[in-house]
Amino acid sequence: MLTNHAKLMHFFSAANDITGRKKMQKMIYILQKCHVPFEEKYQFHFYGPYSDELSLRVEELCDLGFISEEKEMKSNYVQYHYQITGDGKAFLDQFQIEMPDMTEKIELLKAKSSRFLELVSTMLYFEGQPADEIVKKIHTVKPKQNYTDSEIDEAFEYITQIRLVQ
Amino acid sequence: MPYKDEQLHEEKVFKDPVHRYVHVQDRVIWDLIATPEFQRLRRIKQLGTSYLTFHGAEHSRFNHSLGVYEIIRRIIGNFENRDDWNDDERLLCLCAALLHDLGHGPFSHSFEKAFKLDHEHFTQQIILGDTHIHKILERVETGFSRKVADVIDKTYEDKLVVSLISSQIDADRMDYLQRDAYFTGVSYGHFDMERILRVMRPIEDQVVIKSSGMHAVEDYIMSRYQMYWQVYFHPVTRSAEVILSKILHRAKYLFENNYTFKLKPFHFTSFFKEDVGLTDYLKLDESIVFYYFQLWQEEDDAILRDLCERFMNRRLFKYIEFNPNLQMKEWKELSQLFEEAGINPDYYLEVDSSSDLPYDFYRPGEEDERLPINLLLPDGRLKELSRNSDIVEAISGKKRTDHKLYFPGDLLAGLHNNDPVKQRIMELLNLEQSKGEGKNAD
Repeated sequence: MLTNHAKLMHFFSAANDITGRKKMQKMIYILQKCHVPFEEKYQFHFYGPYSDELSLRVEELCDLGFISEEKEMKSNYVQYHYQITGDGKAFLDQFQIEMPDMTEKIELLKAKSSRFLELVSTMLYFEGQPADEIVKKIHTVKPKQNYTDSEIDEAFEYITQIRLVQ
Repeated sequence: MPYKDEQLHEEKVFKDPVHRYVHVQDRVIWDLIATPEFQRLRRIKQLGTSYLTFHGAEHSRFNHSLGVYEIIRRIIGNFENRDDWNDDERLLCLCAALLHDLGHGPFSHSFEKAFKLDHEHFTQQIILGDTHIHKILERVETGFSRKVADVIDKTYEDKLVVSLISSQIDADRMDYLQRDAYFTGVSYGHFDMERILRVMRPIEDQVVIKSSGMHAVEDYIMSRYQMYWQVYFHPVTRSAEVILSKILHRAKYLFENNYTFKLKPFHFTSFFKEDVGLTDYLKLDESIVFYYFQLWQEEDDAILRDLCERFMNRRLFKYIEFNPNLQMKEWKELSQLFEEAGINPDYYLEVDSSSDLPYDFYRPGEEDERLPINLLLPDGRLKELSRNSDIVEAISGKKRTDHKLYFPGDLLAGLHNNDPVKQRIMELLNLEQSKGEGKNAD
């Protein structure tokens, strides 16, 4: 029951707090690509891979009181902060599933901006194609982001690095 | 004449209950329809297990794919010679519309979850792999199959083309709402599509709606809202889906534990191993699935036999409303009580959740935005739909979720009434003692 919810709760528990819906979306996608068994389905969207399922599931977790969502008004948009609640911790205690330890990966992800994670997740979306094709795709689907060569190089290195940590 | 421009000597038409006729004039489209990969869609139902709730819902992905193609054909006809519309993209749009659901398998939703598959991945593979479809697309021009795949994947450079196939008011949704309403027989799902098509305009990289057509779009949004909750998330359909999913999990479990099936499940082997290649994927359609389910009713394994018998004969699970937050402890206790009663909770107790967001608008800086529907005002300005429409505003960004607990009422009814385990189960499920019935799956 609610296995996929429980998997996400492990993520929120390990992350302690998450700022930004976009960042959360990209973090889960990148973790998926590192073989963490999240099952939310992703499609390509404005900001790269995006999961409707994840968005709905996180809202359900908020409705259930397992995570709290706080809005922060920024100059021209709203930023969201997520944190696990006492009920959420109790849920996790009762619902035991096996999940790999993702603490270090999460730390690496939290340290990066959502813009960078957007680049990384988009590159992972096109994984399997030759590197030059991936770079070409990045510029085609994200012309407004103007990613630089050094950002793209850094993202390639980052993908190798995050897959190596436990 | 190049293949891409070849026209049939006479226009072909498919009689269609929703659009009256589907017109085909392009040789390429005609050839694509004739491929085994496209014909396979005749054997995949559009609405999966919904036919067990709405007996008319036996229509296929083949019907729907032709329908989406026809809507795009009409939209493009209206766009011809308009600024911002590049007529060179015509054939690309038609092919993408026709092929957008090509990778769907039997009962996609349950299969994808059970065997960790993704139908979109297979759509890409069929278009780009060694298939009849691929050969036809490459005859159009080298690299054309990649373009079609990119449009369907939403990564094609021309976002206008992408938004025709996939946005909050796209040809896909316009077809399935009307088609599913027609075949289920419900009175929701109808809207004035002709009106919407007449007021659609290509502006830069998006499709917008002339503001005079706003009420037709309101009707479309409400139709979608109603169809989700009245048809797509119907609790009885979900009951059948729960059983289907349990069958797949049980069969996989047995395979992994070296159980000897009476007939070796050749067609499922790569699915059980979660290593499905394109050839195996294309071989498995609903006719094959039903064949195995029919056979598995005779299996020695009591759980697989019972679940298949339930699915084939529509002996579905009962259900009650469930709040996972308030009833988490009850669920754990129920699970233990089911074990004590000899009913395996892994296969006979399940919470199913459904959620939907009927319409959402663009909020800068946020991630979960969808492409908004923009109205084209008489002075040429664009205005997001929910800012002009009170009806749409009322449901914009509002997610709705429903949780239900499914269980076999008949097995519970079969327990002895004096059995304290049964009494406690009935108490927790808040059911009448003798019948073991929640809401009927009727």
